[in-house]
Amino acid sequence: MNNSVVSKIDWPTVLVYLVLCGLGLGNIYSSTAAYTVDNIFSLEAVFGKQLFFLGISICTFAFVMFINVKFFERFSSIFYLICLASLIGLFVFGTTVSGATSWYSIGSFSLQPAEFAKAITALALAKLLSDIHTSLKKVTDQMYAFLIILLPVLLIIPQPDPGSALVFLGLLMVLYREGLPSLYMWTLVIMVVVFLLTLYLTPFIVSLILTTLFLIFIFTYGKKGKMIFKSIIILFSCISFAYSVNYIFNEVFEQRHRDRINIVLGKATDTRGIGYNTNQSEIAIGSGRWLGKGFLQGTQTEGNFVPEQHTDYIFSTVGEEWGFSGGVFVVVLFVFLLLRILFISERQKNDFSRIYGYGVASILFVHIGFNLGMVLGLIPTIGIPLPFFSYGGSSLLGFTILLAILIKLDSNRVNEW
Amino acid sequence: MRNKLFVFLIVVMGVIIISRLFYLQIIDTRFEDLSKKNSVLALYEYPERGYIFDRNKKLIVANQPTYDVMVIPKNVSEIDTSEFCKLLKINQNKFNTLLEKATSYSPRLPSVFVAQISKIDYAKLQEKMWKFKGFYIQRRSLRKYYYESASNVLGYISEVNDNDIKKDPYYQSGELIGRQGIEKSYEKELRGNRGINYFQKDNFNRIIGSYKDGVFDEKPKRANDIVLTLDIELQQYGESLMNGKRGGIVAIEPESGEVLALISTPGYNPSLLVGRKRSENFTKLYYDSISKPLFDRGLQGQYPPGSPFKILNGLIALQENVITERTSFTCYEGHYYTRSSFMKCHCDWGTKNVLNRSIYNSCNTYFANAYRRTIEKYQSPEEGLTQWSNHVKSFGLGNYLGYDLPVGKKGYVPDASFYNRWYPNRAWQGVTTISNGIGQGEVLTTPIQLANMTAAIANRGYYYKPHFIKEIQAKSIDSMYLIPNHTTIAPKHFTPIIQGMSDVIQKGTARIARIKGIDVCGKTGTAENFTIIDEKRQQLTDHSIFIAFAPKKNPKIAIAVFVENGYWGNRWAAPIASLLIEKYINKEVSRPYLEKRMLEGTLEEEYNKIISGKPFTINE
Repeated sequence: MNNSVVSKIDWPTVLVYLVLCGLGLGNIYSSTAAYTVDNIFSLEAVFGKQLFFLGISICTFAFVMFINVKFFERFSSIFYLICLASLIGLFVFGTTVSGATSWYSIGSFSLQPAEFAKAITALALAKLLSDIHTSLKKVTDQMYAFLIILLPVLLIIPQPDPGSALVFLGLLMVLYREGLPSLYMWTLVIMVVVFLLTLYLTPFIVSLILTTLFLIFIFTYGKKGKMIFKSIIILFSCISFAYSVNYIFNEVFEQRHRDRINIVLGKATDTRGIGYNTNQSEIAIGSGRWLGKGFLQGTQTEGNFVPEQHTDYIFSTVGEEWGFSGGVFVVVLFVFLLLRILFISERQKNDFSRIYGYGVASILFVHIGFNLGMVLGLIPTIGIPLPFFSYGGSSLLGFTILLAILIKLDSNRVNEW
Repeated sequence: MRNKLFVFLIVVMGVIIISRLFYLQIIDTRFEDLSKKNSVLALYEYPERGYIFDRNKKLIVANQPTYDVMVIPKNVSEIDTSEFCKLLKINQNKFNTLLEKATSYSPRLPSVFVAQISKIDYAKLQEKMWKFKGFYIQRRSLRKYYYESASNVLGYISEVNDNDIKKDPYYQSGELIGRQGIEKSYEKELRGNRGINYFQKDNFNRIIGSYKDGVFDEKPKRANDIVLTLDIELQQYGESLMNGKRGGIVAIEPESGEVLALISTPGYNPSLLVGRKRSENFTKLYYDSISKPLFDRGLQGQYPPGSPFKILNGLIALQENVITERTSFTCYEGHYYTRSSFMKCHCDWGTKNVLNRSIYNSCNTYFANAYRRTIEKYQSPEEGLTQWSNHVKSFGLGNYLGYDLPVGKKGYVPDASFYNRWYPNRAWQGVTTISNGIGQGEVLTTPIQLANMTAAIANRGYYYKPHFIKEIQAKSIDSMYLIPNHTTIAPKHFTPIIQGMSDVIQKGTARIARIKGIDVCGKTGTAENFTIIDEKRQQLTDHSIFIAFAPKKNPKIAIAVFVENGYWGNRWAAPIASLLIEKYINKEVSRPYLEKRMLEGTLEEEYNKIISGKPFTINE
């Protein structure tokens, strides 16, 4: 490899990446060992497949380092179109596994285009926002940016794979960083808060709380007419939203979504076995104590009590076998990785690279936050993998490419003038 | 400022996650205990598969219990193998091979050790089961059939394969799924939903009670019983009449579209596909390429319709106003339809036929001419043929009928584009397709299509989609079966045609089908057919065909009978149809001599000719 490239690579990030992948592989081994009968290295076995894909991922990482840095920016629109086409193609050629048509089968392997769509959408968004004619103060440009994010979402939701679709909404944080008016963010935050409050309480009580807040606000700060007018509008839209929450909850959501939310809110005792996964996962993690039970010693893990443990619930293996110390170590690694990516992004002189970096950070952030939150029983069940950890060839390869492109862009920052 | 928000969010997330970990792992000590106790055993509870009844609420299919001895090889230890082998009636060697096989599948997962032991063995074994660690008995349920009949309608069930599991995540390896027939079409109703019970086990692996007082348990959803439209006695009687003959029979109740009987012979006893011998028997049936017992001739057999199709051409010609009841054509033992092409007919030389007489004498000349007029009414043969084709299709021919069994064939109704492809440069005319006029051209129909067409005629212009479901417990049947489908023929045109069909029985080609006290309307058919023997096209003995409905007023049954290579329609098909009609309406048969002839007559000799490899004569 070219010496100058090697020296400019951000090695701390690469190191964290490799450690995370290695830990993931070890935990996949542990969570499937008990149920793998034949050779564990066989490509039929879960571990063997993951090892194979890790090999491919590392080769891909190295390959990305050799690509001309301009390639990503120049071809991002074309990638984006190909990506949309491959998502549309799933409706015709896709293979259905566990009820979701999200895969293309190639021999004994299958590829999940949604995993690659994440990196490509981040590229496309960076390309749009880095254009000097684009300004997020203009409504049309805001709409373009939303469109880029929403198209893949609309194609992924009907697969159905709402978890992956949710990840794209994380890209809103990139827009915020690049100057999207705060109004949007506040609207979103207020809507989520009002929604959850209303489910927990009743629309009437929520309206009372809102009105009280409004009155306090008016008496302390504003006597100006314009301000009062504005806040009255906000108050009324919030109250009407609160009253429509029940409709959305009952008519738009499906029963399983409602169940999951109700269980986390503590409104429903789980009587139909929906909370079984989370319950088992909590037991596995909770029984780990300070130091864990040791590699291959987790009774929950080896007894296969946690369903989907090698995919979305992989962190419960860490919790059980490596305890609080292991869990904290992994969480710290992830936090370090995210902060490092932000640091890398901020040091870019080129807008495209910076925006892409923020895209990478927000995608990983949503994945890590929602996955760990779910495994620890903090939020409703949302099926998304833990980056670099969970079993799944497409997801590992997708995250690798996502990160590798950023490392490549960063390695070139000195040449930008 | 804005770039700081993200850093803040990340740190907050990290702190929340770590505090939660701290809470779960350090503060809350319940979990350690729970995990020690937490060897949870999940046991499935399967609802009994739904029963199947016939239209008179006679039980056709129920279930019988059977017992499998299961093994988890890892748990097997120090048992008295000689006693165990004695109870199971196997020897020591067999025991070792079975255990080895189970271990190689999985040491930790249960596998079947000996399947389906008898009730007596089960009783003896059950008392001593506690001695044999690692083994247990699992109760399973098999189908039990009360009639050796209707296997083609009922279908069968078998264990799910990898493909089924992939398609529908509900299924787990080892479970049963409906594979064919009603068992497949109404799988969800008949199956119900399994329940799951979690049990707490202690560290000696003994069940100590329900896990968390059963909050995670799911109750099984009971299966639904279903009532079929079949009349099982009629079905059985029809199957016995077809003894030794190949073919298909479909009987429909015209006023509802309910299928009363669907007979395909040779068939098989449904009990063959149950129990220990299932796979051996299935292989035998599957590879029987000569009599093809798994091939449903009533639904999948595509035959030229022959003369019954003339009825349809008569109706179309009336509707298109190209003939009236009084239009006549003279038959000279046939006629020249072009200067050099002659179509034969069995009418005497110079017979002058009107519509009525040509139906009951089945005159080729008449219907060939009526057909020709229909096509030639329009400016181009394409247009004419399109019109004709649409009329034919309105009787449900040339397409799937939408009935609720998983197999079927579309049959074929040619349209203009078919002939355009066949004769490049549009070098075809009405007369090119003249054979369609007598049901002998490109048209192909299945027995159920022909029975449905007969029902539409019996109803004077509409039909209900044929179906096999009458009632589903606690559920209504598909509404598509409750809406009439109208044909393109005006009701008034049916009167002369139905009169002609009545005369077929009274004084025409099928006097043998006459039943005292019932006014039967019918039409015979004798269809030429071909096969390929040693790469040469070879004509075989004609198919014997009959369609009928009865009584003429308020028809109760419409029926189509195909007997492969039976020659004249009135030789086999008409008597069989007539006996079935009599049996259905009068509940008893008054013509023992005819019944005996049908029950005992076989066509084995005819079928053996074809596979004998020697030259043979046909239509004897």
